[in-house]
Amino acid sequence: MCGLCGIVGNAPHWTDRPPDPGLAEPDTPTRRRERQGRVRGLSRVLAHFGLTVSDWEAHAFVIATPTGRQEIVDNTAHLWQAAARLRGKPCDPLDPAVIARLEGEARS
Amino acid sequence: MIPVHLLSGFLGSGKTTLLRRILDVPALGDSAVLVNELGEIGLDHHLLRHIDGETVLLRSGCICCTVRDDLGAVLKDLLTRRARGEIPPFARVVVESTGLADPVPILSTVATDPALRHHFRIGRTVTTVDAVNAELQSRRQPEWGKQVAVADHIVITKTDIASPGSLLPQLRAVNPGAQLHFAMSPDLDVVALLAEPDLRSEALAWATPSPRFTAEAPHEAGVRSFCMVFDRPIDWVTLGIWLSMLLHAHGERVLRVKGLLDVTGAAHPVFINGVQHVMHQPLHLDGWPDRDHRSRLVFIVQDLPRDLIDRSARAFLGLTTFDA
Repeated sequence: MCGLCGIVGNAPHWTDRPPDPGLAEPDTPTRRRERQGRVRGLSRVLAHFGLTVSDWEAHAFVIATPTGRQEIVDNTAHLWQAAARLRGKPCDPLDPAVIARLEGEARS
Repeated sequence: MIPVHLLSGFLGSGKTTLLRRILDVPALGDSAVLVNELGEIGLDHHLLRHIDGETVLLRSGCICCTVRDDLGAVLKDLLTRRARGEIPPFARVVVESTGLADPVPILSTVATDPALRHHFRIGRTVTTVDAVNAELQSRRQPEWGKQVAVADHIVITKTDIASPGSLLPQLRAVNPGAQLHFAMSPDLDVVALLAEPDLRSEALAWATPSPRFTAEAPHEAGVRSFCMVFDRPIDWVTLGIWLSMLLHAHGERVLRVKGLLDVTGAAHPVFINGVQHVMHQPLHLDGWPDRDHRSRLVFIVQDLPRDLIDRSARAFLGLTTFDA
């Protein structure tokens, strides 16, 4: 159930990897690896906005502020709403400071 | 899943005339058509019977109903009545939007309503553009840009009294991928306007970089389109994070995004398609539509700087190139 809206079950979200007709249906270890990759990707990005993210029972994400405020969300759509609530403003990928930091990471 | 097609266009742009043409086609008889006012369409010669005050059945089998304000409620009601056998089954829904309406909430209702999204899907968006008044409307009405930007098909009307000359590049600058049609043309096939797209052709129409993406001045209301090309495969997870964040932060100003992507680890290209906050489920095409296998991402934006979007995408995706 989504911790935000109370809807039972996770509706598919467009950011889920679309089924590839050229490949076999991913098995459980593959799905687990993909999920870990998603958490790593989110951690890398959210760190630039002062937030952390962790996996919750392979079913949801927990995002938190350095002071311990946290929210549980079931997919990427809800994640940005929750992140905006926790930060008091949206996470903006067009923020020049964030872009510069990411470019700095790539240079180093 | 029943497609919900949207017929959009400014007041007086020939939307109702096009709707009448759709109602005249026997092949589209199995449609439910949702309109603003039944009286405006002039259905008398089509009418079979009134089902109630707001719904009529036409001889073709087509159901026509009025939508006052809640489209979601009308669509749910149609499903219920169909299940009870009170109205004939329908294979598609055509929604006529009001002239000044922002078309996006209609698409959003279909895509996100928990009760509707299991029965309906977004179909084609057809926008009528009037060759006489388009220039004025584009300057004065921000919704004009949105209606053009979200279109899959643009039907240019009133070309018998005004030349569409300067309008065509303007439409192309706002929406480079829509198919353009002329209402006066004897070749206009209204069935094709509502037909399922050939995804390869559609992806190719959108994702072929050409000078028009860069050379055109922005539209008066700050609407512009551009295409980003990436030489290396894209990580799907990172793209999803970046794009969903962009749409959350700036969705009101990202009128359209379409992309043909070379995704790391995927055997086939992935086609993505979204209108503001509403993203369709991505699809794998069965092959690349042309010999160019680079990822291409097309945006139609309103008052958002292209350079910053491009730089941000490359920084997030780890595809920034640095001068030596």
